[in-house]
Amino acid sequence: MTTILADLNYWVTVFLLVGGLYIVVAHGNMIKKLVGLSIFQTSVYLLFLSPGKVLGGTAPIIAEGFDVYSNPLPHVLILTAIVVGVATIALGLALVVRIHRSYGTIEEDELHDLESDA
Amino acid sequence: MVITVVGIIRAHNLFAVVMLGGVYSFLMATVMVILDAVDVSMTEAAVGAGMSTVLLLAVLHLTRTREAPLRHKPYIPLFVCLLTGGALVYGTLDLPPFGEANAPQNLHVAPYYIENAERETHSPNIVTAVLASYRGYDTLGEVTVIFTAGIGVLILLASGVRRRRVKPDPLQDPKDDAL
Repeated sequence: MTTILADLNYWVTVFLLVGGLYIVVAHGNMIKKLVGLSIFQTSVYLLFLSPGKVLGGTAPIIAEGFDVYSNPLPHVLILTAIVVGVATIALGLALVVRIHRSYGTIEEDELHDLESDA
Repeated sequence: MVITVVGIIRAHNLFAVVMLGGVYSFLMATVMVILDAVDVSMTEAAVGAGMSTVLLLAVLHLTRTREAPLRHKPYIPLFVCLLTGGALVYGTLDLPPFGEANAPQNLHVAPYYIENAERETHSPNIVTAVLASYRGYDTLGEVTVIFTAGIGVLILLASGVRRRRVKPDPLQDPKDDAL
């Protein structure tokens, strides 16, 4: 039972990652693909933060009366990753707007149709 | 969170997808508080649930809000995803147990930061000390990435506007522009 609980965190992470991957691969709508991509990224944040947690520890802010702190390094890395992730999503959304202006659609299948007609 | 993701996969109305994305980000921020990552949690709530949702809504306003139904059966993607998931679950079996203070990832530089950060940088928040002082170059790179992305967005959007402005009046005499 304890081993199952210990791994549950990782399994939720894996499910989120696979769900995001499935949205990116299987769906043709580009906005939905981008939402899937952000879910994929967020699952990676969870994968980084979970091992840094120390049971009985507290947030890594020095204060009187606390001796055990969680690992601060993943927090720093993930702060950077969140901001970079938003920059990626913004650039992707700009591409979606541009594609919609030029072709009038944001569905991959319809873009294929347009190309085969031309 | 798992239920929200299933909802996102199944929803065809893109408004619902974007709103569920916001719900998902807030849930993720809550989990991060439980994992002691308060700085990350605040950033995720502000950036993931706030800014991303606003950006997505703006794009929905500029494009359309319904997703076309799938034309192909999604068996091949499903198979690939299940294979990936199986491999990852197999990988988690070798990871150190949750919450262990003596796990390898907690034994290298992290204790040094925790012991010396306040004395060397005078910041009681260790995350701030590491972000701005010990790993300042990472932050510089991050700013560069945001700058590049901003320029990219501006170029993409501006080029579309110019083309649309020229299109409606192709009969206009080019000499008018010279004046």
